[in-house]
Amino acid sequence: MRARVLVRPKAGILDPQGITIERALPALGFEGVENVHVGRVIELDVPDEGELRDMCEKLLANPLIEDYEIQPLS
Amino acid sequence: MKLGVVQFPGSCDEVDALKACERVGDAVLLWHGEHDLKGVDAVVVPGGFSYGDYLRVGAIARFSPVMQEVAAFARDGGPVLGICNGFQVLCEAGLLPGALLPNQSLRFVCRQVGIEVVDAETSFTRACARGEELSIPVKHTTGRYYSPDPVRVVFRYTQGVNPNGSPEDIAGVANEAGNVVGLMPHPEHAVDLLHGSEDGLKLFASVAELAGV
Repeated sequence: MRARVLVRPKAGILDPQGITIERALPALGFEGVENVHVGRVIELDVPDEGELRDMCEKLLANPLIEDYEIQPLS
Repeated sequence: MKLGVVQFPGSCDEVDALKACERVGDAVLLWHGEHDLKGVDAVVVPGGFSYGDYLRVGAIARFSPVMQEVAAFARDGGPVLGICNGFQVLCEAGLLPGALLPNQSLRFVCRQVGIEVVDAETSFTRACARGEELSIPVKHTTGRYYSPDPVRVVFRYTQGVNPNGSPEDIAGVANEAGNVVGLMPHPEHAVDLLHGSEDGLKLFASVAELAGV
């Protein structure tokens, strides 16, 4: 099975990457953009999709500071 | 007193840490791929970029064979000091609470800072006085400490010098028992007057004092 894991900073944790992007957009004429957050995307083929959650908890994300979302791709 | 300094692929401060440890006792390197702590009385997890820090700082190093032994050693009350990347590794390993986030400035910061010892009861601050200020360098990009729960704070940046935006100027923390300590500043780079400061020596002297040497 192919899957995509989205990892984001938890709500409420200062995200300076997001803030930097938010501040840059008006300079290009894109006004009114708010709540920009930057995370990462991990795509992987897994033999057992039941293991994905465990992988996220133990390695792919740090649940203390990051939320993750698993999306099946096939 | 025998101190062990862990060496991961990507460590870069292990030699300085070893030299600092040699000021207070015997010191050996502990290779990441081995389960052998060589009978040491204390462990230092040094700075650098363990396993490249490719996924997230410290995330891969925690699974190394040597870290499994360090975790058992720490849970038995053995003194363990994590410096910079070592601090990040100890947090990822769950030996210390919290995590380290990118600096608020998103920039690498390298400079001498003042830190205040706010807890002089831990294995690595016994030779310090509470409230004492130490002059020690920082050099990191991911040093903004974060914990959702209250923690045992050991070091705070002195007023106005916080290099990473950590809440309450937290520079270093300990586990509840005080035998595991982690900090972002580098005491091993401040152990000789040629470094501009030898204040960092006090952390190593503290653990030697603990062992009665």
